Amino acid sequence: MPERPRGTVLVAGATSAIARATAAELARRGHPLVLAARDTAEADAIAADLRLRFGVPARAVPLDALDFASHAALAGSVLTEEGDGFEGVVVALGWMGDAETARHDASEARRILDVNLTAVVSLLTPLADHLERRGAGFVCVVSSVAGDRGRQSNYVYGAAKGGLSVYLQGLRNRLFHAGVRVVTVKPGFVDTRMTFGLPGTFLVAAPERVARGIVRAIQGGPDVVYLPGFWGPVMRGIRAVPERLFKRLKL
Amino acid sequence: MIPSRTERLSGWGRHPVRECRVYRPEKVSELAQVLAGAPAGGVVPRGLGRAYGDAALNEGGAVVSHLRLNRLLSFDDETGVLECEAGVALGEIVDALLPRGWFLPVVPGTRHVTVGGAIAADVHGKNHHADGTFGRFVDEIRLLTPGRGMRVCSRRVEGDAFRATLGGMGLTGAIVSARIRLMRVESAWMSVDQAPTRDLDDALARFAGADAGHRYSVAWIDALARGRNLGRGVLLLGDHAPASSIRGEPFPRRKSGAHAVPFDAPALLLNRLTVGAFNRAYRASHRGKTGMMQPLEPFFWPLDAVGGWNRLYGRRGFIQYQFVVPPGAERALAAVLERAAASGRASFLAVLKRFGPAGEGLLSFPMEGWTLSLDFPVASGLQEMITAMDGVVADAGGRVYLAKDAMLNAETFTRMYPAADGFRAVKRTLDPGGVLTSSLARRVGLA
Repeated sequence: MPERPRGTVLVAGATSAIARATAAELARRGHPLVLAARDTAEADAIAADLRLRFGVPARAVPLDALDFASHAALAGSVLTEEGDGFEGVVVALGWMGDAETARHDASEARRILDVNLTAVVSLLTPLADHLERRGAGFVCVVSSVAGDRGRQSNYVYGAAKGGLSVYLQGLRNRLFHAGVRVVTVKPGFVDTRMTFGLPGTFLVAAPERVARGIVRAIQGGPDVVYLPGFWGPVMRGIRAVPERLFKRLKL
Repeated sequence: MIPSRTERLSGWGRHPVRECRVYRPEKVSELAQVLAGAPAGGVVPRGLGRAYGDAALNEGGAVVSHLRLNRLLSFDDETGVLECEAGVALGEIVDALLPRGWFLPVVPGTRHVTVGGAIAADVHGKNHHADGTFGRFVDEIRLLTPGRGMRVCSRRVEGDAFRATLGGMGLTGAIVSARIRLMRVESAWMSVDQAPTRDLDDALARFAGADAGHRYSVAWIDALARGRNLGRGVLLLGDHAPASSIRGEPFPRRKSGAHAVPFDAPALLLNRLTVGAFNRAYRASHRGKTGMMQPLEPFFWPLDAVGGWNRLYGRRGFIQYQFVVPPGAERALAAVLERAAASGRASFLAVLKRFGPAGEGLLSFPMEGWTLSLDFPVASGLQEMITAMDGVVADAGGRVYLAKDAMLNAETFTRMYPAADGFRAVKRTLDPGGVLTSSLARRVGLA
């Protein structure tokens, strides 16, 4: 049982497997939840599940990632409703798209950038302002190891996630002075719909394991976490390869 | 279509192993996509893979895993009605609701069974004589069918689809969610009596004498004993302990975690000597006692404490042979037991129980009479022995349990399940294109 009341957490992109597992980890610790997703029927089911299993308040709100203009209103209504109880946000918006299509079709490329980068920035802007004024809370965003280095196999997705990681660095630098924690999560392969049956995946982690890592990271420790942890050294190695060598590889 | 991958799958008995295309939807709409896509070779829904044989296998076709569709949807604290998705494991329900004083009215021998699987196999527990099958406590099933879309089935509406789906082995549609009536319990403890039984007649007589006074009853039988010792064993009788009988906390915090069997045991490990020694030791530890207090989980699910116990039978896997014969056909019980003992194929577990009257499911296994289950490691000659046993059971007016079966043929199946024609007729209306199929269904002629 929690020793003090836990704040409400907004989970954006709540129907993904990582988001669902993270929401469950937060609920287990007593956090009330607001689940924002495009598919509200699914988000409603997940909210009901969290209420029943963990006895915390949980509700769903509609979120259209690509309707940027709607984000401020969504953030506003959640913040108004939750008031001082609002503690932070976990953003798990993500869409891999079709990397092959995105090479030649700029509209696919743009969609990948919009979902993975623009939408997250759009949603976080009003929330970051609120947390900065309040002087407490957290922002936790699921980025990806794909953003650490561009590879021919999925560089548009990688560019979006890389841009997102840089955005979060800056936001962290800004909000640190207000006492707000900003966490960048970089999962490797996770056993979700995104990787199911995908050739070339290895060391695939269960979403529950990644979720435990996410919640630990929200509570403290390094600001940028690789999940599972072994991806840290792996990606350091990959980043260390000189570009004139790296460009020759088929990755 | 959502992504898929090819896997070599088996049931809990690890025999047979079949290559199947696996889909794992994370949303209900994705499940609908899989059915609407009518995958080549058809598709069968799959839960935790605890059916022993090939019920959730589909060689040359697809299986659709419900494990990510496992949300608890609603619970009414007044009536005890729980609505949840088919992929929820019974153990998850217990974890969530036992601390609040609610328990499932029927549980099989493991908590690692999904609600969808429990309905599709219309599972029974140690209380069948008193309470019937799992299906009796199902009020409503939301069934996604290839032919007629989403059907909300109950005893009042879509009654044919409801009765075909109880025990229907997943062949009428994909169960999306169900409403189940839970039962109030005053504690997470069981009060247990145990009594040794001399032989089969003694065991049957004790069941008949003691059953009515207890909600749960089951007998463990020494399957290696022959001749005048045939059927010797231990009878266990249990009831939920009332709060007044508990000295400490009625719902203590439970710790999870099982000891796993980390590798395939050599098949020789379970030979005649070791199993015989185990059986004698088990019997010695079960001298007659009454009113023992036992936590609920080891009472219902003793084998869950040994994760992966199915690996004890070696790489080739095993068959769990469970059948029922009607009252008056007790000779068939003795015949099967005698044949098993004479075969020298060590059976780790032999479990005997008296069933109450049959329920509503067209293909449900339980019927009034005696049920016995035996384990046999897969080895040459096993199919012939099982086929012979199937004949004995069918001749006696009994049947084998499809959720455990891997060897029954279509002809004997038809003798055992007279409602099969009625089932096929309902299935045709729900799935006219024959999208739902499985290795089991084709073997016994259901699809």
